[in-house]
Amino acid sequence: MTMSNSATLATPIGGLYHRRRIANKVALTLALGAAGFGLFWLVAILWTLLYNGLSAINLSLFTENTPPPGGEGGLLNAIFGSVIMTTVATLVGTPVGVMAGTYLAEFGRNTKLAEVVRFINDVLLSAPSIMVGLFVYEVLVIRMGHFSAWAGAMALAVLVIPVVVRTTEDMLKLVPNSLREAAAALGAPQWKVITMVAYRAARNGMITGVLLAVARISGETAPLLFTALNNQFWSADMNAPMANLPVVIFQYAMSPYEDWRQLAWGGALLITVAILLLNIGARLLAGLGTTRK
Amino acid sequence: MTMTHMDANSPTHGSHQMPPGMLAGTAAERPIAGAGLPEKISVRNLDFFYDGYRALKSISLPLYDRQVTAFIGPSGCGKSTLLRILNRMYDLYPKQVATGEVLLDGHNILSPKQDLNLLRARVGMVFQKPTPFPMSIYDNIAFGVKLYEKLSRADMDERVEFSLRRAALWDEVKDKLRQNGMSLSGGQQQRLCIARAIAVKPSVLLLDEPTSALDPISTAKCEELIDELRSDYCIAIVTHNMQQAARISNFTAFMYLGELIEFGNTEEIFTNPTKEKTSEYITGRFG
Repeated sequence: MTMSNSATLATPIGGLYHRRRIANKVALTLALGAAGFGLFWLVAILWTLLYNGLSAINLSLFTENTPPPGGEGGLLNAIFGSVIMTTVATLVGTPVGVMAGTYLAEFGRNTKLAEVVRFINDVLLSAPSIMVGLFVYEVLVIRMGHFSAWAGAMALAVLVIPVVVRTTEDMLKLVPNSLREAAAALGAPQWKVITMVAYRAARNGMITGVLLAVARISGETAPLLFTALNNQFWSADMNAPMANLPVVIFQYAMSPYEDWRQLAWGGALLITVAILLLNIGARLLAGLGTTRK
Repeated sequence: MTMTHMDANSPTHGSHQMPPGMLAGTAAERPIAGAGLPEKISVRNLDFFYDGYRALKSISLPLYDRQVTAFIGPSGCGKSTLLRILNRMYDLYPKQVATGEVLLDGHNILSPKQDLNLLRARVGMVFQKPTPFPMSIYDNIAFGVKLYEKLSRADMDERVEFSLRRAALWDEVKDKLRQNGMSLSGGQQQRLCIARAIAVKPSVLLLDEPTSALDPISTAKCEELIDELRSDYCIAIVTHNMQQAARISNFTAFMYLGELIEFGNTEEIFTNPTKEKTSEYITGRFG
């Protein structure tokens, strides 16, 4: 339809239609403007990150440890520490989260206990991560007498659990009851119905939840500040403080040394790209799940 | 032992419990349905409650071995509820209670001591919507078998083929047993579900509107299949399709508002029902 057409259509009805068209334009402009404003900052952040970070990406970033001020170095120990602690946290948090989510979706439907657990889990889900760091500092670091990678991994695991609980429960609730009935009708006991049928039907969604949890913890700084702290040197000892990307970024970005700040930009870009890849992977998996049904 | 149909309209109905076989009612009006046939399942004075609501009222009827019994009646009359009692499917949900007796080969399956999983392995069920598991066609069938039997690879292959052949699906899927069961068409999925139920070697098959989600050709195939399975199983089928009930069943039970109005030979129920309600429903005047 052309503009002249709509104009001739508008005239017979008079001012009311005209006002609605103007109101629509205004609302549309405001909405577009708000979306543009939000996107602008996102793009600005990513652009700054790429602009400053790309120049820091080179081979030594992956092969050398964090340097003293003025020295040559990379982020090897921090990358290693982040991978190790994230992995341990995921390995600890995922089974607990999956089992708790299974309880909520399969066993505890409509029970008081499940309601309470679900509520507490939601609170934990949105709890500030610095509280989790303080908590682990209090129960692990103070008792052990020193910072350690174990404490860091535990703090991250506490952050993994609520995300996995939530997605596991949601995904299991999407599995139609008719499927469970069909399995039960063959004489399958409940635990087989869950592990062999319900988990299989919800698998992609549950893996997506774990990936999103990993993405969430891989950028967490606050809980690690109180637990794993940092380490200038290479360390694979879980009982000792361990370097990790977020805390290194925090420390180096605030420093007066130009080469440290360069490394901080490089580390920030690394984390961002890793999280981006995790999110894309999660989306692809979730997409697989929907097309299959 | 034989049972007659109960007079569900009797005013004393439900309040007293007569031993089976002594129910007089209107039985004298016609010869006893199914007299002489072995009873696989005997339902006696069965009541069922959904959270206090009485959904079934003193149901008593026999299901004969190697015969097809159809349950007909308007929506909400309790047909599916009755079927779901026969394998105690209702036990999956809290607040659902059955009282009375359901004898399977003489044992009361409503007894709290009844092992539910063993019962369900003996009493197979196929649902209204096809429910293939999210796994391969082969595994869909092996799943139930593995629960109670340890078979060698070759024996399992044989069992899978046997079940698929019995469900008239073998020729269509023999070259793609590793494919996901959900990739089949609706009619094939339903036959897969029937094959899955047969694979665990039950003695009773419960079919809850098995063809209501299928196209006419698939429906015809399923009906042929039920006709063939008749020789080996005691089959109970819930259907909204009265032609279907007339075509495939030997006995028909007409239910209305949680009561069993009439039970008898299918031919007699459809040509010469004794109850006004039955003939009204069959001729399509309500329901």
